[in-house]
Amino acid sequence: MTDTTGNLHVMNRAALTKRLLAGLGNREAVIGGIGNSNWDLWAADKARGENFYMLGSMGLAAPIAMGVAIAQPKRRVFALEGDGSLLMQLGCLSTIAAQGVRNLCVIVWDNGIYQITGGQGTPARTSGTDIVAIARASGIAKAAWAADEAEFDALVARALTTDGPHLIGVKIDNEPGRDQTDRDPIRFRETFMRAMAQPV
Amino acid sequence: MTSPAEPAPTWHGILRQAFKDNDVRLVTYVPDNVLRPLIEGCHADPFFTTFPCVREEEAVGVVTGATMAGMRGVVLMQTSGFATLPNVLASLPVAFQVPVVMVVSERGTMGEFNPGQAIVCRTMRPILDSMGIEHHTMARLDEAAFMADRTIRQAFATRWPACLIISPLLSGARK
Repeated sequence: MTDTTGNLHVMNRAALTKRLLAGLGNREAVIGGIGNSNWDLWAADKARGENFYMLGSMGLAAPIAMGVAIAQPKRRVFALEGDGSLLMQLGCLSTIAAQGVRNLCVIVWDNGIYQITGGQGTPARTSGTDIVAIARASGIAKAAWAADEAEFDALVARALTTDGPHLIGVKIDNEPGRDQTDRDPIRFRETFMRAMAQPV
Repeated sequence: MTSPAEPAPTWHGILRQAFKDNDVRLVTYVPDNVLRPLIEGCHADPFFTTFPCVREEEAVGVVTGATMAGMRGVVLMQTSGFATLPNVLASLPVAFQVPVVMVVSERGTMGEFNPGQAIVCRTMRPILDSMGIEHHTMARLDEAAFMADRTIRQAFATRWPACLIISPLLSGARK
């Protein structure tokens, strides 16, 4: 695992989302944040019932995932969140740390831009804000940058096998989402609830 | 021979019982002085998982996730906190039809000293009405149990958010 941002490979969100799902085998919940985080999750496996696609409420992927994790302590839960989204709701890192949510992992796709609204840079990019450092300072000790694909795999494996909360920071490129979700929130909720009713 | 006197019912005791009767186990809140006895009562009762969130939006997200995973929840807040919620309510629990129960202590009316609170209070019911979120204002102790239980029960039966507003008439409000 990598502590600083100095030597990070820029990776691809769609490829890593597929890599994440390929490593899951126990009905883990995956909550996709607004926009591209969602769309690449949809593109990776739209038939997977344990995926939840958040169609608005920017910044709430991690809180929703936290709620799932508290309700079902035996299930591992992932949140896929963009850097701009997380910046809108940074306080949730303290809440997650305060509750010590053991079975939760937040993955932050960090390209430093609001890609979906035209690629404007975030204030965090301009200022050099380190999101993993913020997570650690918020009390999430198991927060680390993934320097490359192999390290991403290792950090996901750690999140699946050790107590968290975990946060994985990933520097990604500017490629737009590969596909777009249906806009069918009630179907998404029903599918997800049915999947969450299955034991782990 | 006389039996020991029953403690007088309180609005917060009634709400806590309504949560229990409807299996609402997760209590999230953004702190508020009027709600303090309800918050403290929930913290003290092991039936509930109770914790503060940093923002009301975050609490709505947590309760939405928990509800979808089988654990019913409630968000406690004050009026000005509710006013931060329209986008999140519209795009998450309303759009996805997830029964997030909200309890709001009403501030900004009946003797409010802060002009900002008085203005923001006027936005609350129009916001709820615009999204079709059923809300009831709890103002009388003799109606409180019926109103709380039935509102929460209907939220889960119809899979729709609902809001209970605690009037200063009931809570005694901010001194």
